[in-house]
Parts: sequence; structure tokens; C-alpha cells
Amino acid sequence: MTKRIDAINDFVVKFANINGSGSASANEIFARSIMRMGVPVSPRNIFPSNIQGLPTWYEVRVSESGWLGRRGGADLLVAMNPATWDADIEEIELGGYVLYDSSKPLPKSKFREDLNIIGIPLTEICNAAYTDSRQRQLFKNIVYVGALSALLDIDPIEIEKLFSEQFKGKEALLQSNVNALRLGRDYALQHFECPIGLRVQRADNVGNRIFVDGNSAAALGAVYGGASVCAWYPITPSSSLAETFNRYCHKLRIDAATGKHRFAVIQAEDELASIGMAIGAGWNGARAFTATSGPGISLMTEFIGLAYFAEIPVTIINVQRGGPSTGMPTRTQQSDLLSCAYASHGDTKHVMLFPEDPTECFDFSALGLDLADRLQTPVFVMTDLDIGMNTRLCKPFQWDDNREYDRGKIMTHAELESGKDFGRYLDVDGDGIPYRTYPGTHPTRGAYFTRGTTRDRYARYSEAGADYLDNMQRLLRKFETAKSLVPKPLLYPAEKPARFGAIFYGSTSPAMEEALDVLASRGIHVNALRVRAFPFQDEINDFVASHPWVFVIEQNRDAQLKTLLVNEAKVNPTRLLSVLHYDGTPITARFIVEQIAQHASARTVVPLKRAS
Amino acid sequence: MTYLAKPKLHHPALAKNKVGYIRRDYEGAVSTLCAGCGHDSISAALIQACWELDIEPHRVAKLSGIGCSSKTPTYFLGNSHGFNSVHGRMPSVLTGANLANRDLLYLGVSGDGDSASIGLGQFAHSIRRAVNMVYIVENNGVYGLTKGQFSATADKGSKSKRGVANSDEPLDMIGMALLLGATFVARSFSGDKEQLVPMIKAAIEHKGAAFIDVISPCVAFNNHAGSTKSYDYVRHHNEAVNRLDFIVARDEITADYAPGEVVNVTQHDGSVLRLRKLAADYDPTDRIKVMHYLQQRSAAGEVVTGLLYVNPEPSDLHEHLDTVETPLNQLNARELCPGSVALERINASLR
Repeated sequence: MTKRIDAINDFVVKFANINGSGSASANEIFARSIMRMGVPVSPRNIFPSNIQGLPTWYEVRVSESGWLGRRGGADLLVAMNPATWDADIEEIELGGYVLYDSSKPLPKSKFREDLNIIGIPLTEICNAAYTDSRQRQLFKNIVYVGALSALLDIDPIEIEKLFSEQFKGKEALLQSNVNALRLGRDYALQHFECPIGLRVQRADNVGNRIFVDGNSAAALGAVYGGASVCAWYPITPSSSLAETFNRYCHKLRIDAATGKHRFAVIQAEDELASIGMAIGAGWNGARAFTATSGPGISLMTEFIGLAYFAEIPVTIINVQRGGPSTGMPTRTQQSDLLSCAYASHGDTKHVMLFPEDPTECFDFSALGLDLADRLQTPVFVMTDLDIGMNTRLCKPFQWDDNREYDRGKIMTHAELESGKDFGRYLDVDGDGIPYRTYPGTHPTRGAYFTRGTTRDRYARYSEAGADYLDNMQRLLRKFETAKSLVPKPLLYPAEKPARFGAIFYGSTSPAMEEALDVLASRGIHVNALRVRAFPFQDEINDFVASHPWVFVIEQNRDAQLKTLLVNEAKVNPTRLLSVLHYDGTPITARFIVEQIAQHASARTVVPLKRAS
Repeated sequence: MTYLAKPKLHHPALAKNKVGYIRRDYEGAVSTLCAGCGHDSISAALIQACWELDIEPHRVAKLSGIGCSSKTPTYFLGNSHGFNSVHGRMPSVLTGANLANRDLLYLGVSGDGDSASIGLGQFAHSIRRAVNMVYIVENNGVYGLTKGQFSATADKGSKSKRGVANSDEPLDMIGMALLLGATFVARSFSGDKEQLVPMIKAAIEHKGAAFIDVISPCVAFNNHAGSTKSYDYVRHHNEAVNRLDFIVARDEITADYAPGEVVNVTQHDGSVLRLRKLAADYDPTDRIKVMHYLQQRSAAGEVVTGLLYVNPEPSDLHEHLDTVETPLNQLNARELCPGSVALERINASLR
């Protein structure tokens, strides 16, 4: 008898589909139905750069404990793609389950002996129920969701509720989806012992959290943060960010009296133009942003240098993907830290924010707009594909209605009129940030010439060495000021005294939190610090200094955050140990635990006497 | 160029325009271009046009890219904000600036290197988008600041200062502007102020993408025999199709012309473009015929100047985007932020 996995509210279901087959919405309904039963889920799309035909996967991690990182492996495979069958079967955990379309018999050799096989004739069922070929294809997905509801003991009422929300006002569609769901569910109930060893049980661990992707969250953050100009160029995985901004604006930014738009969204001809437009709008006093990914950053680099040197606010949301070059356009990485930190020729440093999830995408894109105005410089919001394009359970968005936008140092008509001295690059109060004027402010005062060439404090062209140094050193002072404005790192203290520290950031967060828990259960106690911004604050130096060993966990090959920490925070590099995951899949707790445990055992000092 | 600073004193009786400024108020810093540069004449024409149109200097934003032409915004309208951006990218910066504040007047100043080579894409797309602007290309067929390389508008067969003939086809910016949907297309010559000043005035009042190609000889690198962008060459081959008077809506039309000599094009805002016809049957509102005529005359070796095309009912980017009348940069948090109640509704929809 095959040993089977038994688990309640703690397992991974992996769907192997074909791109364009309509599986995405069915799979999402599946994930949401579990969430509606109060059990946290974290789904992830693993998809190719393709519209139709190539393999695509959807992994749903069910975790009553609330671990939202990718776990790795699968306990139940829904195998809908013959092309990837062998590799998919390989990945199932020992004693796992496979649900497949048994309309055509498969030889026994195609299965592993330890697996529990659930054959459902999806094609036959759909061919009998539908005549239209597109319906036969699409409803296969709903039929397997129906079967899963029986096999995993998901309350079908929750799924039907989700249908009725999705197909509100479209009764015919609603009914046909409900029918397809029942076809699958009835078949499973009749032919298998339900539930199987994997089971969903109602819980109360979702709370008031919301279920949203990072790109939508960042887009909404830009709406709330007051961005009125968005210029962008389509690029995976950031395209949906600008598109969602546009959609939200059409709902939330319409002038009630006239029906006109309080926003402008331009799909530019390329990334050079999109950043150019954002900079032009920022120069002229509108809050502006662009959203892009690595290759777009490469193209924008000259303009980013201009915005740094001429001191123009602009917010750049970089949804990172696998690089270099076209790289892995549909896979995730944190590999643009260095290219963003120092974007441009010449000496530059740029502010970066590292959101961990959609909630922080919302917060940081709104904050980025404030910081860009306050610091008069480009601000990068460094999200990634894992956060941006996957639906994540996270804290609800919050907004304080008393919050005012920080428009930074703007000299007004009244101040100019009163004779206040205006030097566009004059540091009047020591924080390195000068005053600026919006074009058109005053008939005879406050106009200046913005240029990428060197200039003196009054914006007059100058290539004199002293003027250049004065300006470049002021820009350093400004960057120092930024330290006090960007979000501080967050400490995750170990429960017991810890010799090891760990620094992590961005989308590594859920896997890291889980890893810390697992490590502690194995007696390896680690204090962790989540870096949320660049420039780095003193807390980071203190953290490194107080641990003999500090792991730096990153999703890139070259340890880019570590490079920045050594270069910019001047931390002792011999204390830093890199844990690097960069195959394009989201980092897992399993990976982190394994790496840290290895390092830890190698560095556990055994006194010589006892060893002998 | 001159090393003498402009004296700050001026005669108290100098004429003021309707908004109370003398012509000097529209000037900028002393030019650092070569003596005799065509670009300085264009700056002077811009100064004259803005003064005559009673435009408050600070309501103008002047933007440029990189190159000799792009330096010129320093030399006119010293009380306007200026932006000398990166090479070939003025159009995107201008587009963004225009989106932020639709109430200012946007002058884009560029050159043939800046707009026909590195910035060809941005030139094309800003015209396509119908950005409300005056886009002037100061066209000398040569890279001046880097000392005399051919630009993309240099005619095939024209010779460099060193005597090398250009083997590449020239890029026809007027032809492109017409194809891309510019609603105001004109060509002039920096040596013809009489033609240029009213042309700039008409372009400024035009509510859409107005493109002016100004042939502007480079005295240092492209004013020799064998060049097709020299003062002599352009004077000999200049075929003006019309002479333009620009009459703002509030002015009364007084001058008399014999019938048939004049075409009045009344624009959307009531202003009138009065064209004294020099070429018989030239109709500047018929885009297809204009393109045909220009190709014909170009093949005959003529440099056609004048107001070549105008659409009296233009539209612009803000109209296409349906943006509010208030400039976006003046909207406050109350107008931009949907507030916490709306956010709670969004949260609820995401559960």
C-alpha cells in the first residue's frame, strides 16, 4: 500500500497548465476559496514569456501558520500539460498526489510508484456536457476545481460565492460555471474517497488581510500619493502597474463637475521618453512616476543622471526581473540594486526603497513621491516580479486623511516678491537641499535655467572647479539628509541570545520569517534585520558590529546588497556571509535554512579539549 | 561672439507692449555663438515675436536638447524658465512639462543633429501626440559643437568644409512633420526676419503641434561653396510660397489687397492668418496637395519656404487625454487623494 501524505491546512498544490488555456482564473478561484475558509494561502504564477502554448504553472501554498513564502515541492499536482509531465511528476513529494485527465489511458510507467493517482476524465466529462470547443476547453479548468473541492474538502459554497461576485449581472455565465463545478465535484465524490489525505479545514487566520498583487498596490499608492502624470513603456513584469494606475484613476480621479481627468497617463515610445516625460512633469511641479523593469532602467540611465544632477523629482518603480540583458523576463530577481544605486555616468547615488509585499508597495510608492519632492532627486521603489505579479495576503491599505503631501522646498510668488534670495542650487539651511521655483511663478524673479552641465549656486553655467566641487559636496550632504527621511530597517530579534545575524530585504521577507522560525526550532538562533531603504542608516552598522557573523540573503548572483553595505555603510566585510538564490524562482525557507544551517555548523567552534 | 556685457540701463522712453514690457525684457544672456551664426537671428526673431504678441515672459517655458541650437534658450527670454535637457530628448521633457501645466507656452528649440539623428524618435512621437508647442529646428546640416560632421539633414552630394561629398540621403523633417500629423508646418530662413517673425507668432498662437524648420547657416562649418545650407545657397534657391501676416483675434483687419492675392485662414480662436500668395493656387490647408507640391519643388532643387500647412481646427494632447482645465501641478491633496473611505471600500473588494 502506498504511503500517503496526510496534512490539514499545510500543503502545496501545483497546477501544471498550458498558457492560454484559461486556467489562470480557475486557479485563482481555487486559491481564494481556501482563503475564504480562513486559511492563509500564497499563490504564485510561474509563467513563460509567451501568450499561448508554452507551459505555465500555478503553485498554491496552503499554510494555516501563515507562511507566505514559496515552500518548494508539491504535495498535489494537477497535471494538465503532457509536455511537462515527467518533470512535474518528479517534483511531487514522496507519497504525494497527482490529479490528471484520464480520458486517455496512460501507461503505468508514466507514474511514480509512491504516488496516489486520481484520474478524472476531464475531456470526456466536458465533451459530454458541452458542444462548443472553446467551452469544452475552458470548463475543464472549472471541472477540476470542482473535483478538488471534494478531494480537499473545500466548501463549495465559498466557490459559488466567488463565482457570483465575479459574474455579477451575468447570470448565464454564473450558472454555467456553477454547473461545471458540480460536474467535477460529483464525479470526485462518486469515484474517490473524499477527502484525500490533504484537507482544508475552516480556520480564522486570515483576519482583515487583503489579497492583492504588488503592482496593483503600487499603482494605488501612486494614486493616493498624488501622482498626476504617469509615463511608461510596456515591459514585463511592470506593465500591469501603469495599466492599473490608469484604471484606478478612471475611477478615483475624475472631476465630478466636468467628468474630466485629474491625471495624465502616456504610453511612451520607449523608456527614454517615459523617464523624460516624468522628469519634464516633475520639473514643472506635477508629481510624476514611471514603472519599468531592468532593461528599461538601462535605457533610462542617462536621464536619471540628469535628474540627479539637475535635481528634479521623479519616482521610478522598478519591478525587477531576471537579468542581465533580456535575461529571464518572467522570472524574479533582486539584481538591479547596483544599477539603480549608481545609475548614470559620473558620480551619483540614488535613493532606493525596498518593499516586502503589496502593503509596502502601496506605502512606499506614496512615500517615494514625497521623498522625490523633498529631496528633489530620483527615488527608486525596488519591487520585483514575485511581489508585483502574484496575489499576496497582506495587511489592508491605510491612509491618514490628515496627511499632507510634502512638496519639498518650493519658493512661492510671495517669497520672491518679498525679495527673498533665490539661488536654485543654494543650500540655505545646511541639509543640502536647495529651493526651487515652478516655471511661471513670478514675472521677473525666480526664473532659472535647468541644465545637465555644471553651474554655480545661482544656476549660472560654470565649469570652474570650485563651483563643481561645491555642488557635488552639497549633493553628498543631501544624500546624508536622505538617511533621516527613508524608512528605517526593522529588527526581527531572536527569542534567545544569538551569535548570528541575518540581513535581508524585499520579497525575501516571507521566506526569511519562516526560515527564522525553522532555524530557531533547530536551536539556531538568528537576529534578523530587514533593510528597507538606501542610503543605509547607522542601525545597520550597529547590527553588523554586534554579530560576529551576519548572513546577507539576496536574490542575485553578485551579492549586490552586500557590495553596497561594504561600499556605502563601510561595514566590516569579513563578518558578512552571502546566501544567494538567483535561479529565477522565488527564494524558499528551505533554501535559507539549509544554507544558514550549513554555515552555522561550519562556524560552531568546538573547544579543542572536548574534541580530543 | 562678444565679451561685452549688456548695459543694464536703458532709455526711459522705450516702447512698452500691452503687458508693460519693453523689448529688452525678452532678451537673455549675451550669446556665445559665433558671430554671424544664423541661430542668433532666430533668437532675435523669437524675442520680437513674444514682445509683439504681448506674452508675459515668465509664462513661457523654453526647452532644448544638446548642441549649438540647444544653447540658444540662454540667449532669449531671460525671465522664463529654461531646460537644457539631454541630447535628442527635448520632446519628451517638453511633453511631460506640458502635461504638468497646460497654461504655459512651450518653446522647443532643437537642431538637426538633436532632432533628425539622435532625437528622431522623440521628434516623431511628440508630433504624433499633438503636444501643444512650438517646435523649432535650427537646421544647418552640420554638427557645429563637435566641429563640422555632416548631420542627417545634409543634402546628398553637398560638400563638407574639407570638400568631402555627403553620400547619404537627407532626412526631410518638413515631410515627416506633415506625415506625422503636425497641424502647423512651416519653413523659413534665419536670414529672412520679415518672414520668420510672423511665422513664429502664428505658431505660438496655434493650439497644437507647430513645427518650424528654419534653415540657419553655420558660419564656421557649413557656409562654403558646395554646401546647400550656406547663406548664398539658400538665398538663391529660396522659393517662398507665401508671405504671412499674423493677425490676432482682437485686431482689426485693415490692409487692402487685390482679390486673389490673399488667402485669409481664420483659426479656431478667431485669429487670422493672412497669406499673401506668391505661388499661384497654393492652398496651405490641403495636406495631400502640400505634400505633393513640396516633393515636386524639392526634386527641382528649390528650398520652399513659407507657411506650408496649417489646420485651422487643431486639437492637442490635453484634449485627447481629456484632462481638467486646472493645470495638474496646481491640484492639491484634496483633489488628488481619494481618501480613507474610498480606500476602505477597495480593501473590502480585495478580501
